[in-house]
Amino acid sequence: MSDRDLVVLGVGMHPWGKWGRDFTEYGMVAARAALKDAGIEWKDVQYVAGADTIRNGYPGFIAGATFAQKMGWTGARVSSSYAACASGAMSLQTARASILAGFCDVAMVIGADTTPKGFFAPVGGGDRKNDPDWLRFHLLGATNPAYFALFARRRMDLYGATSEDFAQVKVKNSLHGLNNPYARFRKENAVEDVLNSPVVSDPLRLLDICATSDGAAAMIVTSRAFAEKHLGSLKGVPRIKAVSTSTPTYPQTLLEMPDFATDSSAVVAPPARGFKDSICWDAYEEAGVGPEDLSMAEVYDLSTALELDWYEHLGLCAPGEAEGLLRSGATTIGGRIPVNPSGGLSCFGEAIPAQAIAQVCELVWQLRGQAEGRQIENAKLGITANQGLFGHGSSVIVGV
Amino acid sequence: MSETATSNASQVPAIEGWFTLDQNPHLIGSQCTACGTYVFPPREGACPSPLCDSDELTATPFSRFGTVWSYAENRYAPPLPYRAAEPFEPYALVAVQLEKEGIIVLGQAPKGILAKDLKVGMRMQLETDVLYREDGIDYMVYVWAPAVQDEVAGGAK
Ligand SMILES: [Zn+2]
Repeated sequence: MSDRDLVVLGVGMHPWGKWGRDFTEYGMVAARAALKDAGIEWKDVQYVAGADTIRNGYPGFIAGATFAQKMGWTGARVSSSYAACASGAMSLQTARASILAGFCDVAMVIGADTTPKGFFAPVGGGDRKNDPDWLRFHLLGATNPAYFALFARRRMDLYGATSEDFAQVKVKNSLHGLNNPYARFRKENAVEDVLNSPVVSDPLRLLDICATSDGAAAMIVTSRAFAEKHLGSLKGVPRIKAVSTSTPTYPQTLLEMPDFATDSSAVVAPPARGFKDSICWDAYEEAGVGPEDLSMAEVYDLSTALELDWYEHLGLCAPGEAEGLLRSGATTIGGRIPVNPSGGLSCFGEAIPAQAIAQVCELVWQLRGQAEGRQIENAKLGITANQGLFGHGSSVIVGV
Repeated sequence: MSETATSNASQVPAIEGWFTLDQNPHLIGSQCTACGTYVFPPREGACPSPLCDSDELTATPFSRFGTVWSYAENRYAPPLPYRAAEPFEPYALVAVQLEKEGIIVLGQAPKGILAKDLKVGMRMQLETDVLYREDGIDYMVYVWAPAVQDEVAGGAK
């Protein structure tokens, strides 16, 4: 075990769904579940790293303090992080830094969200002609699914991907998530179901695109010393081996939300590794492992086609080969490198600040052999990959 | 499409300074006076390159022609602040790669040009179209249309 490993003592989630209740209600359920799983009490938590939600008013902007107060003030230190879809991983990184610096031994990482119906629209009212997130809706009507569609269409026109290929991702994930008690959508989907669902942003259909959900996830991470004292032995206990929250390197040459344009590569040559590649490879480097060492991956399937992109960013296959990897069955549970054993966003929908934490929760359950109904045999090492607006993304490596 | 004369008082850009509204419209970006890199949307101040500490960007016309990087077609009305016409008609979004500037710029396609009319690598040219109409004024936006004009003759001056 590396000195920089962090022990995951406990994980907990509130099921994903759409109820519109106070996000802290969900968060409390996840927090208590994580504490119980860790076998510690709330008063033992010295640091609360909250992942913010920006659609729930002030309490959402100070998630660390909100949950610390809701659980009952104990004097614990708090932090509140916003990094779009990577908020959960950034909170984990904050907790990790505090533990590895020796400032504390036990931290709770927590994120919860309540989401509105329909397309995500810019947050806040009024005309904001300096805000690219406002402008992309105003001038272009460039919704999130429209950006997902751009990437899907690239696969079709460049690599010959088909709507059936995309549908197969949904079919696989719907099977994976069928028995996951935390998944919102637990229904087996056939290729025809996807192809018969309405086109939202061509070429993507309703069942290609992830929904927005309510949900919450929490975990208890500790120093090695604390965990050894608490557990006796760390054998088989999942550890965080890397947390990458890399931003792009200029020039960023992929058109990402909410941008109107890429950076220019006219003067400065693009980096050897593009943004989404670097998110993953920085994590590999930090953990001292490579794609060949993985037992599984939880990736951000905002759309079915984006899951295929992640196969390539993660180095599971070469660019243009993701459809083949999918068709070979390698990414299905039982295959060489199962992807999204939890069912992914496809079965969950996105609860932004909770999602990157939920990805880690799934890896932990898999590594402990507790992923009932979706267990990957002999899972030893897993990676998450995630991406959000404004240059945010994350990748976390967990192993035993 | 921008068939109406530029002097038509009822046409105003939906956003100031991003594109011209003449017969041969083009995007206006910014270029760093020190290192020469480009940026869009246009802005003032710091050069976007981490290798350059210049604070001087100047407005510069972008190439009118480029090639399709990718495209999408919205089948449902986007939420506000997009002002969707009623009834809503599907429209395409096109990301176009500009060779000289080394930039991909996302824009709408003109009304009536849909995904089936597009292909990655296709040649496109900049035009303008009505984004929305309010109080008798047409608020205009840049659009990417399949190239029909001769590039040399019709290119941005
Ligand atoms: Zn410069």
